[in-house]
Amino acid sequence: MPKDSGIGASSKRREDVRFLTGTGQYTDDINIHGQTYVYFLRSDVAHGKINNIDTSAAAAMPGVVRIFTGADFEGIGSIPCGWQVTDRHGEPMQEPAHPVLAQGKVRHVGDPIAAVVAESLEQARDAAEAIDLDIEELPAVVDMKAALSDGATKVHDDLSSNLCYDWGFVEENKGAVDEAIKNAAHVTTLELVNNRLVANPMEPRVAVGDYNRANDESTLFTTSQNPHVIRLLMGAFVLGIPEHKLRVVAPDVGGGFGTKIFHYAEEAFCTFAARQINRPVKWTASRSEAFMSDAHGRDHVTKIELALDADNNFTAVRTETYANMGAYLSTFAPSVPTWLHGTLMAGNYKTPLIYVNVKAVFTNTVPVDAYRGAGRPEATYQLERVIDKAARELGVDPIALRRQNFITEFPYATPVAVEYDTGNYPATMDKLEEIADLSGFDARRKASEAKGKLRGLGVNCYIEACGIAPSNLVGQLGARAGLYDAATVRVNATGTISVMVGAHSHGQGHETAFPQVVAEMLGIDENMIDIVHGDSSKIPFGMGTYGSRSIAVCGSAMVRATEKIINKAKKIASHLLEASEADIELKDGQFSVAGTDKSVAWGDVTLAAYVPHNYPLEDIEPGLEETAFYDPSNFTYPSGAYACEVEVDPETGKVTIERFAAADDFGNVINPMIVTGQVHGGIGQGIGQALLENCAYDENGQLLSASYMDYAMPRASDVPFYTVDHSCQTPCTHNPLGVKGCGEAGAIGSPPSVVNAVVDALQSGGHNVTHIDMPVSPSRVWAAMNNA
Amino acid sequence: MTNISMTVNGKTVSGEVEGRTLLVDFLRNDLRLTGTHVGCDTSQCGACTVHVDGVAVKSCTMLAAEADGADVATIEGQAGADGSLNTIQAAFQEHHGLQCGFCTPGMVMAAADLLKNNPKPTEAEIRHHLEGNICRCTGYHNIVKSIMAASGQDVSQLAAE
Repeated sequence: MPKDSGIGASSKRREDVRFLTGTGQYTDDINIHGQTYVYFLRSDVAHGKINNIDTSAAAAMPGVVRIFTGADFEGIGSIPCGWQVTDRHGEPMQEPAHPVLAQGKVRHVGDPIAAVVAESLEQARDAAEAIDLDIEELPAVVDMKAALSDGATKVHDDLSSNLCYDWGFVEENKGAVDEAIKNAAHVTTLELVNNRLVANPMEPRVAVGDYNRANDESTLFTTSQNPHVIRLLMGAFVLGIPEHKLRVVAPDVGGGFGTKIFHYAEEAFCTFAARQINRPVKWTASRSEAFMSDAHGRDHVTKIELALDADNNFTAVRTETYANMGAYLSTFAPSVPTWLHGTLMAGNYKTPLIYVNVKAVFTNTVPVDAYRGAGRPEATYQLERVIDKAARELGVDPIALRRQNFITEFPYATPVAVEYDTGNYPATMDKLEEIADLSGFDARRKASEAKGKLRGLGVNCYIEACGIAPSNLVGQLGARAGLYDAATVRVNATGTISVMVGAHSHGQGHETAFPQVVAEMLGIDENMIDIVHGDSSKIPFGMGTYGSRSIAVCGSAMVRATEKIINKAKKIASHLLEASEADIELKDGQFSVAGTDKSVAWGDVTLAAYVPHNYPLEDIEPGLEETAFYDPSNFTYPSGAYACEVEVDPETGKVTIERFAAADDFGNVINPMIVTGQVHGGIGQGIGQALLENCAYDENGQLLSASYMDYAMPRASDVPFYTVDHSCQTPCTHNPLGVKGCGEAGAIGSPPSVVNAVVDALQSGGHNVTHIDMPVSPSRVWAAMNNA
Repeated sequence: MTNISMTVNGKTVSGEVEGRTLLVDFLRNDLRLTGTHVGCDTSQCGACTVHVDGVAVKSCTMLAAEADGADVATIEGQAGADGSLNTIQAAFQEHHGLQCGFCTPGMVMAAADLLKNNPKPTEAEIRHHLEGNICRCTGYHNIVKSIMAASGQDVSQLAAE
């Protein structure tokens, strides 16, 4: 019988009401009296030397308040990078400066050169057209391998080359891995591209800077997944504003998917400019601007080798990846191809020897950083594709090959430095085979063939690492911030509760799911509990929402704070009941004395805390409010098995997703409805990557896909209904809720099964096609069929 | 500048706009009806969908001046006077047809347009009708399900969840 409240209940989302009635408040809905509007003049060349910027004519245009250029930001800090990777020789990565507005050079199409602040957006835009720019176009580097060749044009003149770092992991294993591959009974090799994507939350980025000169306080309203991270980075490293004079607010945010983690130049600009002109400054990205200024995702070029012994046991994996950083280092960019990718290369398998090499490369393109999954989709894709290819080469069933190599004992220490606490990979695969009705595939294939279509089945597994922590470990790995989170539980006199959380909800439903946890712990109605998030002046210093961390990290902080509440409330109850504290029990919102019928209600205790007339003032303080910071002792490791069935039209190469099934293990689940929705969304994005989406540059660094006319977003007709199950639950052993995180799983788990299915379909039609790079577009499929 | 007036959600409104002002900008900036969203600049995403004289229109494709005299309905006018959700809105909440909420007003307005003309659409008809509305959060599963449910169809037998 499903629960109707508390942990495990599919409580309907309370935030929906405002979103469904047009009463949400997104950043662009915020308008401050006297606000100005900024329009950024951006580079239309990928690489160029700025000889001169003449703003005199523009400055005289109607409505112009002030025009800023890079010269106005001399002495202002660089947009910082939050993660320093150490290369395989022990040297720190090359880390270029990233000015708020371009200084001397532009390095990608979209690099902001000047900012026109005017009374209206139209006036700002008109004036920007009157700026006289003298830019000398320079050769651009776009292709990563070309960027590393001798004599290549350098993106940053002050760096020694375009190589950000050359990372080896685990470097000490390299010799043994090389040896194992040399001596293997079979080695399967695959070269592939993990296509560059644009996250494309439907709400473009917006920033509104405000300044109160009287008390020297700045406020930034911004489309962020983590307002405290922005306050830290922008306040401390860019603008030098102390925390107590800087408030960052991320109100309703229309999707993030990673790209709203990072601190962006436009945020610093609006905050800075508001102080300069003593008026609010608002910026709203157009979608085209988003394409050329939001951090992109993926963009790896990889060679992977999988070695097997004569019994088809995996003996070694060796990879070499080129990872595009773009023109500057975005906030967490260096960590994505390294610690979020290399550590996942064991996947679900007991491969004893693994070596991962990653060369991160600067190019004249938009910076690349975390996008839903961030490194883990890249790891999963290459591993699950090469396993599929190996199965075909060896003539064995791809599911059986996976099962044979599954990790089955936990905890399991991988050769890539992480320890999986729990999992049950055979069980998720069993569940997948059931929900995907794999036994019915042959009949469905025959039916497709009768219609003249090729049908393919692709299966894959995935492992994910969520809730990156502990902070002291990630500090050793190069993180320049802690990765704990925080919650304050404020119980009001009448027993209602506000929980201030460091996590930020931008679609995940925290406002509904988080109260379910507190309600369960206290035995009260979840509607007595509200979540407060997104405003640095209201919430404790938490690190925000990304990496599927919210419930595992911030939720754990909330549990710890609630435990403190319960402990104190029991003290109060023991006083009211004139009983020993050890005998007090809390159940269904009633404190009772064990073994008696004496009890006092939750509301009586909370009232006593704030009207402490009958209260142990000599022992405890009045009030009922507690804060906890929680730093996990390990990552969490969700896992799963996915299956995709496609039909391929042999005449056109068009691929249609016919069925998609996902069996996930997220540990314990707070709200199954929300978790299912997260998986749906991730699968939608994964299918988008596999079939449709591609962020394309030409050889001169021109961005070819800068609008929805050119970048193929998945539409409703591109996807089927999905079959999703998360009944296989091996709870996380090291957080109090036993939760693992579910936000990224769908995007990690789905691309390989789609491509595996397409290859299967083509092979079933007699085409000797072993790989097609994503997006598996009709033209690529048709070409593969007709050349193979 | 041009003086225009129109009916929005049953109320007569007027304003002075530049010739280039889009209907969506008039709704958002002049009337402060910020439930209608702007998600792109090429009329692809549908977040700005409203009804003009009973027909679903992307309000970024229409000049405010073109709507002079028209009867416009936006997301703000969909719920009952007491705040109760209408059938489509209620179905979206019941079936988790939204996550971040940004595309949602456009989805609800597009769905209303569909159901007015096709009270019992098939899954394929719904997916086809939504080709001009992009959602990045839901993978569309629960949006399609919500619209089917809003049309009175049994959705309990859809793909297992």
